[in-house]
Amino acid sequence: MKTRIGFFDFTGCEGCQLTVMNLENDLLQVLQLVEVVEFRELMSEEVSQIDIAFIEGSITRQQDHARLKTIRDRTKTLVALGACADNGGVNLLASHQDVAVLRQQVYASDAVHLLTEKPLPLHEVVKVDYRIPGCPIDGREFLAVLQALLLDREPDLPNFAVCVECKLAEYPCSFDYGEICLGPVTRAGCQAICIAGGDRCRGCRGLVDNPRTSPYHRVLEEHGLSVQDILEQYRTFNIGEEL
Amino acid sequence: MSRKISLNHLTRIEGHAHLVIDKKAGKIESCRLEVVESPRFFEALLKGRHFSDIAPIVARVCGVCSISHTMASLMATENALGIEPDPRAKALRRLLSQGEILQSHLLQLYFMAAPDYLGIPSIFQLLNQRSDLFSRALRLKRTANRICELIGGRAVHPVTTAIGGFTALPEVSELKQLRQDLVDALPDLEATVELFAGFEFPEFLRPTEQVCLAQPGQYPLHAERVISSCGIDQTVAEFKTSIDEYIVPHSTAKMARTERGHYCVGPLARVKNSFARLSPMALKVAAALQLNAETQNPFHGLKARLVEVIHFVEEAIHAIDNLLLHSYVSARTTAMPKGGGQGVAAVEAPRGLLFHAYSYDSKGLLETADCIIPTAQNLASIEADIESLLPDLLDLPDEQLKQRVETLIRSYDPCLSCSTHQLQVAIK
Repeated sequence: MKTRIGFFDFTGCEGCQLTVMNLENDLLQVLQLVEVVEFRELMSEEVSQIDIAFIEGSITRQQDHARLKTIRDRTKTLVALGACADNGGVNLLASHQDVAVLRQQVYASDAVHLLTEKPLPLHEVVKVDYRIPGCPIDGREFLAVLQALLLDREPDLPNFAVCVECKLAEYPCSFDYGEICLGPVTRAGCQAICIAGGDRCRGCRGLVDNPRTSPYHRVLEEHGLSVQDILEQYRTFNIGEEL
Repeated sequence: MSRKISLNHLTRIEGHAHLVIDKKAGKIESCRLEVVESPRFFEALLKGRHFSDIAPIVARVCGVCSISHTMASLMATENALGIEPDPRAKALRRLLSQGEILQSHLLQLYFMAAPDYLGIPSIFQLLNQRSDLFSRALRLKRTANRICELIGGRAVHPVTTAIGGFTALPEVSELKQLRQDLVDALPDLEATVELFAGFEFPEFLRPTEQVCLAQPGQYPLHAERVISSCGIDQTVAEFKTSIDEYIVPHSTAKMARTERGHYCVGPLARVKNSFARLSPMALKVAAALQLNAETQNPFHGLKARLVEVIHFVEEAIHAIDNLLLHSYVSARTTAMPKGGGQGVAAVEAPRGLLFHAYSYDSKGLLETADCIIPTAQNLASIEADIESLLPDLLDLPDEQLKQRVETLIRSYDPCLSCSTHQLQVAIK
């Protein structure tokens, strides 16, 4: 029997599921190997048992806790899909503010159906077996993780910095444009796509396991930047790591 | 006899909603589209951020419409800070927006809507019996994605877009290849038109005000004026101030109305109000699908989406021809603001009119943000449609009734991630 996989989403933009759908020809091949049994955005069907669940988004309400736990109970392997599920992502940008105050600002109401709590990554609520970082995820990395799981191997993420992929591709260094780039400490696996596009690394994939901070400090000093400047940038996608 | 019909976590739409219908003694007591997507409070995430960070953060409101949010955001910031983008950048932005509309429409047509008319729960059912149809959907989607990848640097959440223009431009050879890919897509598009022309669309009429942008000499995408089927012709800023956003107890998405009541935005509004601006090929397809500017059937949203697909493919081919006539210079933008200020901008997102409005202080840090989303503007119309459709369906078994109502909701292609993540009003 084919491996049964499901896609689920909580609070997020659904861009990671969209990235999976954008795999096009690869998707056709994947569908020869697995059976997609649940995918609310594209399917009306529902089943009871799932081999691998890919879950996008953060948990922000009590009813979401229950829904996530039900999915966990009927799933063998649970994978956090993308930054919001993995570490909270941009959902946490307002986490230093009181949710009740935000609600008043946005809706001017405290109606019950608008009540939310601080956004949580999945692992704060249930056991997460594996994770695919990034905002959005990289489609090739999704395929690599799925392949490993289908072959009963441990999926692993690159444990070197985006700088490595950037240098190999010979892109001009963002620091030379006077920009603050998080490439030296951010986990690789995206092929430095933002730098290829002329942007800088905004750190959406989170920190590499053992970031080499001393050479980075030198880079910062050479360009007249402080650790504070870096932290400001790093917080866009990674507030969850500090909390 | 009283019965309550609930559809929880409606499927094949973007985001989360329930539909609840209360029926008593053969009459509809109430009908609510409950948007249950969790609020995200994006406006608070933006306050105090530098103008160059705003677009990449608001793009994350929605994966499907990340390019539209980026465009509206960049244009609102540019208006606020007195920055005029390069004309070539404007042309590329238009092409990028076309790419997103193609991505979104093709996904919706094949993966979300077509199963309703093919009588299957999802397109995955076709994997074995109709693999030609499945592969065709993916091929067309790939071409649309290719536009966004080439111009925007990535299919979801663009990376090359910046204040003033772009930080990277496609090579001439890549543009030529893209043009070829678009031309090669024509036979697949023809087959798509044939497929959809064979579907039987429910007969249902409900007149409503249709609102979209108006762009001189072009089908509307990024423009300064708003028009409607009821005679509105205002600047974007004027129209925006006439919109009243309100909350209802059953929805985490706000609803929007003008003093004349609720209205509709999206492909049907654009096609109806800009019929004469459709490309020659799109007009032929409209005729083949029996879609005209007079239609008042919300189920025709699907036809309008397909007509737009044809229009934007044809327009994209011409746009690339025009771009190839110009030579490129250094891509990196160096636009610098002249000081703080306020700005508003609107774009036609796949699902309709999208507004962003910001104010910045003299250091270029964001003070306030406000954003009005297409689906929020459509929600009241969707409910009104359902209420008007239900009396004819009451004798149907629950399953068929649900199916019919879901088909109607999907005709609007609602995007609920967007509508609950909207930014709103001043934060002081």
